[in-house]
Amino acid sequence: MTGTGVGRVILEVSNASAGYDEALVLKDVNFHVHEDQFTGIVGPSGAGKTTLLRLLLGVVQPRAGTLTREADLRVAYVPQLETVNWDFPVTVEECVLMARTDQRRLPWASAQEKKQVAKVLERLGIGDLASRHIRALSGGQQQRMFIARALLREPNLLLLDEPTSGVDVNTRHDMLHLLSDLHDDGISIVLTTHDLNGMAAHLPHLMCVNQTIVAEGTPAEVITPDVLENTFGARLEVLQHLGMPIVIDEYVSGDLGAVTR
Amino acid sequence: MNVIDSLVSPLTYSFFDRGLIVATISGALLGLIGVYITLRGMSYIGHGLSHAVFGGFAAAQLFAAQFYVIGAGLWGVASALAINSVSRRQRIGADAAIGVITTGSFALGVALLSKFGARGPSFDSALFGSILGISTFQIWGLIAVGILTVLMIVFRYRALMFTTFDPDVADASGVNVSRTDAMLMIVLSLTILATLTVIGVTLVAAMLVIPAVVARMITSSFSKMLIWSAGIGSLCGFVGMYLSYYAGVPSGTMIVLTGSAVFALALVVRSVRTAINRRRNKAAALSQAGQTSPAVSGKKMPVAF
Repeated sequence: MTGTGVGRVILEVSNASAGYDEALVLKDVNFHVHEDQFTGIVGPSGAGKTTLLRLLLGVVQPRAGTLTREADLRVAYVPQLETVNWDFPVTVEECVLMARTDQRRLPWASAQEKKQVAKVLERLGIGDLASRHIRALSGGQQQRMFIARALLREPNLLLLDEPTSGVDVNTRHDMLHLLSDLHDDGISIVLTTHDLNGMAAHLPHLMCVNQTIVAEGTPAEVITPDVLENTFGARLEVLQHLGMPIVIDEYVSGDLGAVTR
Repeated sequence: MNVIDSLVSPLTYSFFDRGLIVATISGALLGLIGVYITLRGMSYIGHGLSHAVFGGFAAAQLFAAQFYVIGAGLWGVASALAINSVSRRQRIGADAAIGVITTGSFALGVALLSKFGARGPSFDSALFGSILGISTFQIWGLIAVGILTVLMIVFRYRALMFTTFDPDVADASGVNVSRTDAMLMIVLSLTILATLTVIGVTLVAAMLVIPAVVARMITSSFSKMLIWSAGIGSLCGFVGMYLSYYAGVPSGTMIVLTGSAVFALALVVRSVRTAINRRRNKAAALSQAGQTSPAVSGKKMPVAF
């Protein structure tokens, strides 16, 4: 699997700082997004993962430093499910059609738009749910609906905020395989997550963030006790299993008597 | 007096005809805009803006008695843009800032009207609504605002829905969120101004909220919610005007009371329907469990060791 960032640079963040109101959440961030990027951003809560994603998206402006995008870059965003207003009165089809807001003024969908929405929903396995209200979907289906909305923009960079949060193991597995397929189709992907072990198994490139970029590289390079301590502020044990690093939670490893502080 | 007579007899008074037209259109208009206001969690802004418009209404009367609507409109639009700017940019203290802008403006209006008196509509009618003295200019003004609102909703439907649902992603998807927000706030302030005469400053906010909330109970589709909300709003305006005529109380009061009754009725209907569905689902689940239970069906369960 490629995705460690060797292709053409499509987005570049240089010495960027960003935040909200008085608080500075990210400091001195340097990051290149390549055309074949497939990166997971990991870090503790409040580390600035979502802010970094919003910086790449362009809705948070850097206070210092620069953000340079390739001229024809199309970025699409999949929000964290917890931030969505699920009581909002829209069906799956209406929600996906929002992606075409800047391309058509009239309220109703054109015949071509209807075809495109049906096609993308079918591809994501939720073709029969188009007329359902967004609340009437499972967590995995809701995530797929937002990916469908993002794909309708035909992006070359897809940003996802915690796509594996709040879903069961099978759904998480399916989601990461779906993202891998999209990456194989030529879409660069950057996502945030708390799930270190899931990312190590599926992603070729990880970035540890805590106010700034602590480390980046392959899972084997990044998931080490030293890097994790610098990122999370706690010493975590790392085991090797079938050539993959596995992080042992302190509580569990304490039971096993294998924790190294 | 039969029902037909009750409906027809007030129509012999031209002031009532005008009031009925204005109340029905006002209800529909507030119902339409109310969908966006409630879904954006801006009910407080609607309440505050109606009070801010009152300040402009009083101040404009002092300087240009005949053109107070224009003065109040400019004041309202300025307040709307100030509130919009504060609510988007300042994460902390937005509520406090809105409170200061709007109640300060309202207090100024009360002070000016108390000191210099009203040259246009009276103090009471501005606060609680009145069907007396509605001019042709006001009716045409209301129709113009209504047309503007419908045009905005038709031609900016998608942008308004996207920025209401998810402003950040809308922004990143090429939608001009600031311009859409500003446009909505300007139309909101014009709507409040146009409906102020019949419904009154203190009661406008209720008619922004009630039809939209009832419509949301009825439907889960955005486009249908707009239609239902406008229909419920105009029905409340229409019925409220007749009740106001027969009860002899200010029009705004009866329009809002009618809306409150519709809300209470919708709440009861929904609660009853939920209880029936719950009972039906429970019965279906029990019946299904009974059919598959070995004790009931008499079949042996396969046992695997």
